[in-house]
Amino acid sequence: MVGYQKIEGRIPEQEWLSCGHLACPGCGEKLAMRLALKALGKRTILVVPAGCSAVVDGMFPHSSSMVPFLHTAFETTASAAVGVRAGLDVRGVDNVTVLAWGGDGATFDIGLQALSAAAERNENILYVCYDNEAYMNTGIQRSSATPWGAWTGTTPYDHPKDRPKKDMMAIMAAHKIPYAASASVAFPEDYVNKLKKAKAIFGTRYVQVFSPCPSGWKTPSDISVKVARLAVESRIYPLYEIEYGKRYTITLDPGPIAVKEYLKLQGRFRHLTQAEIDQIQHNVDETWEELLEKVR
Amino acid sequence: MGYRKIRGVTPPGQYFLQGDEACAEGAVAAGCRFFAGYPITPASEVMEHIVRRFKDCDGVFVQMEDEIGSIAAMIGASWAGAKPMTSTSGPGLSLMMENIGYAAMTETPLVIVDIQRAGPSTGQATRPGSGDMLQVKYGSHGDYEIIALSPWSVQEIYDMTIRAFNLAERFRVPVFVLSDEGVGHLRENVTVEQEVTVFERDKAPGQPPFHTDEPGGVPPMPCFGDGEKLLVTGSTHDPFGYRKTQVSEVHERLVSRLVGKIRNRADEIVDTDSYFLDDGPDVLLVAYGITARAALSAAKVLRDEGQKVGLLRLRTIWPFPERVVVESAQKCKEVVVPELNQGQICREIERLLDRDVISLPQTNGETMKPTKIIEFVRERAVTQP
Repeated sequence: MVGYQKIEGRIPEQEWLSCGHLACPGCGEKLAMRLALKALGKRTILVVPAGCSAVVDGMFPHSSSMVPFLHTAFETTASAAVGVRAGLDVRGVDNVTVLAWGGDGATFDIGLQALSAAAERNENILYVCYDNEAYMNTGIQRSSATPWGAWTGTTPYDHPKDRPKKDMMAIMAAHKIPYAASASVAFPEDYVNKLKKAKAIFGTRYVQVFSPCPSGWKTPSDISVKVARLAVESRIYPLYEIEYGKRYTITLDPGPIAVKEYLKLQGRFRHLTQAEIDQIQHNVDETWEELLEKVR
Repeated sequence: MGYRKIRGVTPPGQYFLQGDEACAEGAVAAGCRFFAGYPITPASEVMEHIVRRFKDCDGVFVQMEDEIGSIAAMIGASWAGAKPMTSTSGPGLSLMMENIGYAAMTETPLVIVDIQRAGPSTGQATRPGSGDMLQVKYGSHGDYEIIALSPWSVQEIYDMTIRAFNLAERFRVPVFVLSDEGVGHLRENVTVEQEVTVFERDKAPGQPPFHTDEPGGVPPMPCFGDGEKLLVTGSTHDPFGYRKTQVSEVHERLVSRLVGKIRNRADEIVDTDSYFLDDGPDVLLVAYGITARAALSAAKVLRDEGQKVGLLRLRTIWPFPERVVVESAQKCKEVVVPELNQGQICREIERLLDRDVISLPQTNGETMKPTKIIEFVRERAVTQP
């Protein structure tokens, strides 16, 4: 199923994220949250650690999220979400989605222990990682989600990141949780469908949504969606689901295009030589083949 | 071994630096070659600057996965023979607490830079506070002592960071450069000298690494790979590091020594600075960090008005400068403590003086203005001509 197809489903019109947030222009995270709250609806409780999303929500009474918001310690997102779920269980409330919402730093790095523990116990939470591939809130430092070759404050141009991005989807799949999916803000119907599907499942559900960061990626603020789309088309960020750690489904594959088309738009990759771009292309092709293997 | 003078890695001269950058320069000058860090406002610049400097002097920097990872890596590096440092702020410090107690128990030299921001919790990340004054000393469980220094200028954070490394190695203890966002993000001139005094670890092969017969003494510290059989544990241990978790006397002796090696040598560590104390002022201001600058301005203005006001500035917070505080306060009618918390150090002074001490707290995420102290002293502290 190569190329664009019609995606069934509609984006709900009701907004649960108001205007007036403090995010930078072109922020992928805010788009991701807006769509997530549309998909999940009013009966959602947000659990958010330190990171951009805790800061840019805004200050009371001007906060932009129209659902309850628990801003928790950086390393404890999943644990705090587990507690919220337990509290609801004590009260017999079972029609609320507990939505843990962390960036890649909070998810791949500092919060991994809490998330792994919750997933292993199959706690009834929906964890969304908005993945912008670095620590943006503290001024752009590398995370384990930063891709090979990328610039950040702590992986400077003369010494860019020399390790591949951590395969967080595989880590979550290894926990045999009922549902894990990758998504992108450039494909809102696909993303919303995944969240709706996740909402209906009991247990730990993990959705990793690709969220461009114009400030951190050194891109103009009006091309965030374009960059996100190219990431999927170039198969750098494939869109797929993993059910119970073994059933892999690619939900959308509009590509392929050359990775160069994606890389050349971003300042964080501007130092790459042709040989390095070829290396990235090779790595992406190889990873794609591995994914196809799992789908079969 | 012990104190010696070395040639600094930074060419001598005048530099215009941010407080965080000067801190990193001081670390490099003192021989720090390992930094384990995790980004946090307003301390990230220490990390960013030291990374730039490490390129010239073959240092090792690791961006860790979190703050407890940072301090754990420092502990490992210290036992492997490096002089390690990290920089953080309140939330990161909270996460380090378990390993701060571990470092105190295992007598591991570390330097932790805390650029304090307005807490509790996430608080106001970009704004100054002094809310960690007690946490650095009491944050981990059990009885232990640490050393904490409080700079008030960019020059002083440079000098104190060097001293922090020396004290850490000298006393085998975690040392805090307990600064604040006010100093950390301030830009001022810094004079870098040609020579730097550093303390090199006494390794003393064959000696027990966790005991000395000298009362309140500091045992020598060998490193991994030096040929010593080393066992390092946070459990109660005997002079050679063997776990003794059921023997009362061993625990009593160990904990008493951990505390005693700092308390009994307080005079060697404690450092203060005073202004207008010679004529026995009516009002004594006791201040530290960025707030001491406002207190000095206030004292000058009040002096010009004819009020007898003096300032005692605490350059060391822990061990607490008990003797100097008691002596300085003896003839004063009032003691006023302006600070960017709800009276943390005021309470410590009250304990010492056994009399009422006036707290001037401020927890609004801003540095204190001299006018606040001036007006407070005019109104509250009753002075007699």
